[in-house]
Amino acid sequence: MSINRRDFLKVSGAGAATALIAGCATTASGGSPKVVVVGAGYGGATCAKYLRKWGPNIEVTLIEPNDKFVSCPRSNLVIGGLRNMDYLTHSYDNLAKHGINMVKDMVVAIDPAKRTVTTKGGKTFGYDRLVLAPGIDVRTDTVKGYKEAEAASKVVHAWKAGPQTALLRKQLESMPDGGVFVMGIPGTPYRCPPGPYERISLVASYLKKHKPKSKIIVLDSNPDIVSKKPLFTWAWNSFYAGMIEYRGTNAVMGVDGNRMVVSTEFDDIKADVMNVVPRQRAGELCAMAGVRNDASGNWCSVNFTSFESTAVPNVHIIGDSVAAALPKSGHMATNQAKICAAAIVELLAGRQPEAVPVIANTCYSDTSDTTGGHVANVYRYNAEKKAFVDPGGGGATPQGDELNHAYAESWAQNIWAEVLS
Amino acid sequence: MHKILILLAAGATLLSANAFAVERGELLASSCMSCHGPGGKSKGAIPSLAGLEKAYFVKSMQDFKSGARPASVMHRHSKGYTDAEYALMGEYFSKLK
Repeated sequence: MSINRRDFLKVSGAGAATALIAGCATTASGGSPKVVVVGAGYGGATCAKYLRKWGPNIEVTLIEPNDKFVSCPRSNLVIGGLRNMDYLTHSYDNLAKHGINMVKDMVVAIDPAKRTVTTKGGKTFGYDRLVLAPGIDVRTDTVKGYKEAEAASKVVHAWKAGPQTALLRKQLESMPDGGVFVMGIPGTPYRCPPGPYERISLVASYLKKHKPKSKIIVLDSNPDIVSKKPLFTWAWNSFYAGMIEYRGTNAVMGVDGNRMVVSTEFDDIKADVMNVVPRQRAGELCAMAGVRNDASGNWCSVNFTSFESTAVPNVHIIGDSVAAALPKSGHMATNQAKICAAAIVELLAGRQPEAVPVIANTCYSDTSDTTGGHVANVYRYNAEKKAFVDPGGGGATPQGDELNHAYAESWAQNIWAEVLS
Repeated sequence: MHKILILLAAGATLLSANAFAVERGELLASSCMSCHGPGGKSKGAIPSLAGLEKAYFVKSMQDFKSGARPASVMHRHSKGYTDAEYALMGEYFSKLK
């Protein structure tokens, strides 16, 4: 039987006790330790919440430019016409009850030597530890003609949920029966490995009901379906036979918004709706902090027991921006955030973080309006390999069913509550 | 009463000087909340974990691992943890109200 500090805080709630406990975790700068979290998506919001839960003496500031949380997971349901944008959109208001200092602003500069971040609004925040959770930058500059066509609303990626999600839905609604929907998929690694194939399934589900003469052409940079291949193959053959033309090793090189043409190195393909997802890299914030340091220069290498950068001390990176053999999913970001938060609490108290962190990923994909499947893995930190490794139990459902479809909805409701309340 | 609590706090601080602020059971269990809901309380079809008896939790995980109990996804997750970790997580979930 032992009393830990949190149990004690629960029974006391006394300010004097809090001050006394804070005394064991003060920093060189004196006073409460300060952690700044940048980006309030799945990773950042969860990290801020758990930092306050596990380190009640820590002053946590969460900086996010957007008013509301818009979920990328489940956004394919909006594109397929099964949900609306309100379903994806959630308030940050409930995070306040954890004592997080929410700042609606955009970070424009990071100084790791002085340990400060500066916002567009002209504010500067000092930190003992900085957590970067910016998600991805979509590299529209890697596809010829993309920027112009995107500015003219002729091509979208809709790989960050928001206005482009709604626009893509509108374009599908306006598409004539017999039209061609072209989807371009980037080479790995990219955000949400099964996402493109779920989107194709749900667009097909919509077209089959409302515009059955239409066609979907899939231009995949990868040689084959990257994630849940048996599941999506089953769905496409069972429900959408003849509608989807899949072309592997067909990277999109260019788009032309005026002619509505998507080009690969083999073909020019006429499209009615162009949904081309370019390659990605860790958010620009990571470059600002000097932590986009993996061999490709696109992602951030971290120490996996703390998610601290291998390049810059006191800067932690979580979520899609991390260089790892882990799927870039909202679920992963949420669970990485908890390992990171616990590690920061220990580090600020002068201790070492947990040596063998274990996290799970569970990712549901809908395959029609009534079926879905999943992929799930547990990842254990392996100190020898310096990586998270699945001990062997992970895998994906080969076919979709109604139970997984129901669990997918329950997953969404639960993870949104976990991240935001 | 107030003074006693402060003394207790000082004692707890000393006792925990070499322990983790977040115990392993809670840290392991935190990963589960992403599907099973905050505090182990689920909305919708996924079962809640809060307040489960420890023995029932441990047995369930063992049975998912062996295949004795059929599962949608838990047969995959159960294979990622040890018996000792089932016990730590079971202990933690049993205390959640």
